[in-house]
Amino acid sequence: MSHQSLSHDNQAKGETEPMEHVQPLVEISHLAFSRGSHVIYDDVSLTIPRGKVTAIMGPSGIGKTTLLKLIGGQLRPDSGIIKVDGIDVHKCNRSELFALRKRMSMLFQSGALFTDMNVFDNVAFALREHSDLPEAIIRRIVLMKLEAVGLRGAAQMMPSELSGGMQRRAALARAIALEPELVLYDEPFAGQDPISMGVLVKLIRELSDALSLTSVVVSHDVQEVLGIADYVYVLADKKVIAHGTPAELKAADNPKLKQFIGGEPDGPVPFHFPAQDYQKEMLGERD
Amino acid sequence: MSVIDQIARLGRGAIDSVTGLGRAGLMLWGAIAKVPRVRKGTPLLIRQLYVIGVQSMVIILVSGLFIGMVLALQGYNILVGFGTEDSLGPMVALSLLRELGPVVTALLFAGRAGSALTAEIGLMKSTEQLSSLEMMAIDPLRQVIAPRFWAGVISLPLLALMFTAVGIYGGHLVGVEWKGIDSGSFWSILQASVEWRQDIVNCLIKSLVFAVVVTWIALYRGYHVIPNPEGISRATTQTVVQSSLAVLALDFLLTAMMFGR
Repeated sequence: MSHQSLSHDNQAKGETEPMEHVQPLVEISHLAFSRGSHVIYDDVSLTIPRGKVTAIMGPSGIGKTTLLKLIGGQLRPDSGIIKVDGIDVHKCNRSELFALRKRMSMLFQSGALFTDMNVFDNVAFALREHSDLPEAIIRRIVLMKLEAVGLRGAAQMMPSELSGGMQRRAALARAIALEPELVLYDEPFAGQDPISMGVLVKLIRELSDALSLTSVVVSHDVQEVLGIADYVYVLADKKVIAHGTPAELKAADNPKLKQFIGGEPDGPVPFHFPAQDYQKEMLGERD
Repeated sequence: MSVIDQIARLGRGAIDSVTGLGRAGLMLWGAIAKVPRVRKGTPLLIRQLYVIGVQSMVIILVSGLFIGMVLALQGYNILVGFGTEDSLGPMVALSLLRELGPVVTALLFAGRAGSALTAEIGLMKSTEQLSSLEMMAIDPLRQVIAPRFWAGVISLPLLALMFTAVGIYGGHLVGVEWKGIDSGSFWSILQASVEWRQDIVNCLIKSLVFAVVVTWIALYRGYHVIPNPEGISRATTQTVVQSSLAVLALDFLLTAMMFGR
């Protein structure tokens, strides 16, 4: 792998188990993906350890959401292998893929709540579709999930009546309704006020620990992600440029990584989108 | 633009059209060629019958009434010149059953329900609701597309019959109540002129074909929308334009097959 590994020692954070000893749930090997002529990933390899919170970070537009869709089998890579619990996602037929998806869930950036159902029915939806549980049991499960995200009192409200943060929390309750092994979080903190962000950070960490979930958090909110992740991959330039524990990443001297973590506007990742010479363009000349 | 560019553009357009047809076919096949889920599918179908069918009734009934009245008034003015105003009943009924009922209902349906279907599914796509169904291991074709398709196919022929019935009543209002045509003549000549197979069954066949086409176009345009405001706006417009043109073209073909001899 061409990326810089920082995970030589995990003891700095006082973790109970070094990451390389944790059995991976998701394994991505030599992934290549492009949209038309635009290359998104070129030979990316990474592993998501079981039962941990793993963050995928990188600048906007780098293809972090695309990676989640590739893991979920919604997109097909140009080459490379993505395995979830040893199953090659892209060799599954439709019924095998659906069986695999019952073991995972995804929290979408927009929440993606069903707008014609109230919060209760949104959370109950997957339970009703995938189980024959009596309605009384479903009701208890839904109320438990809503209680866990603090929205039991909003069970009868419609998604349009909720704030952005509440919608994310309701979507989180829906995502854990079937108690999946793997939860994929797509930019869970985007557009949230500090209180909502704090609530979501706490929920993701606590739910992951309480339910022994494997969580993959895609985000560019550096401080929030570094605060809850057990392990972090940083993507840039179509590759993984660094990975390690949050403490290791903070201590790293990789210029791109420092620019990203420090939030510096210019550096190895340029402020300006590539363009012709400014002076020449202003004078109407061509390169 | 060079000739080669024009040829390339034409070829690209042809490939895009064939690709679109293939996608639309696969979408429809994926939605309807599955064992129906009676327990979980029936509530979804009933809800869509309400949204697509019942909520379209007002515009269909009001339009039917006025079209029947206008048809009767124009028809009366022509027939009275020949002293054959007693034939107003069959003229109104046959015009409605053979042409105006299925065609105008389908055009109104495309504007009212078709555009709403496209916009709804387009918004579901742009707000990632379809993706979230996929990630919950629930097939959106079965959950979202199939009930809407069947609701459209069931609703439109029924709406066309209602349109026709109300139109005939509108003709009666103008011809009998206003212009003074004998009520017995109106209904008896109408009854003698309308044939079950030739008129009513053909009316239903036309409506069924239009229902499949209009609903299919609306669902396809929504399902494959570019998920942004401009994309949804364009898809909604395309639904109305393409459905209307398809209905009018198919109407000619069907009329030629049914009444061309």
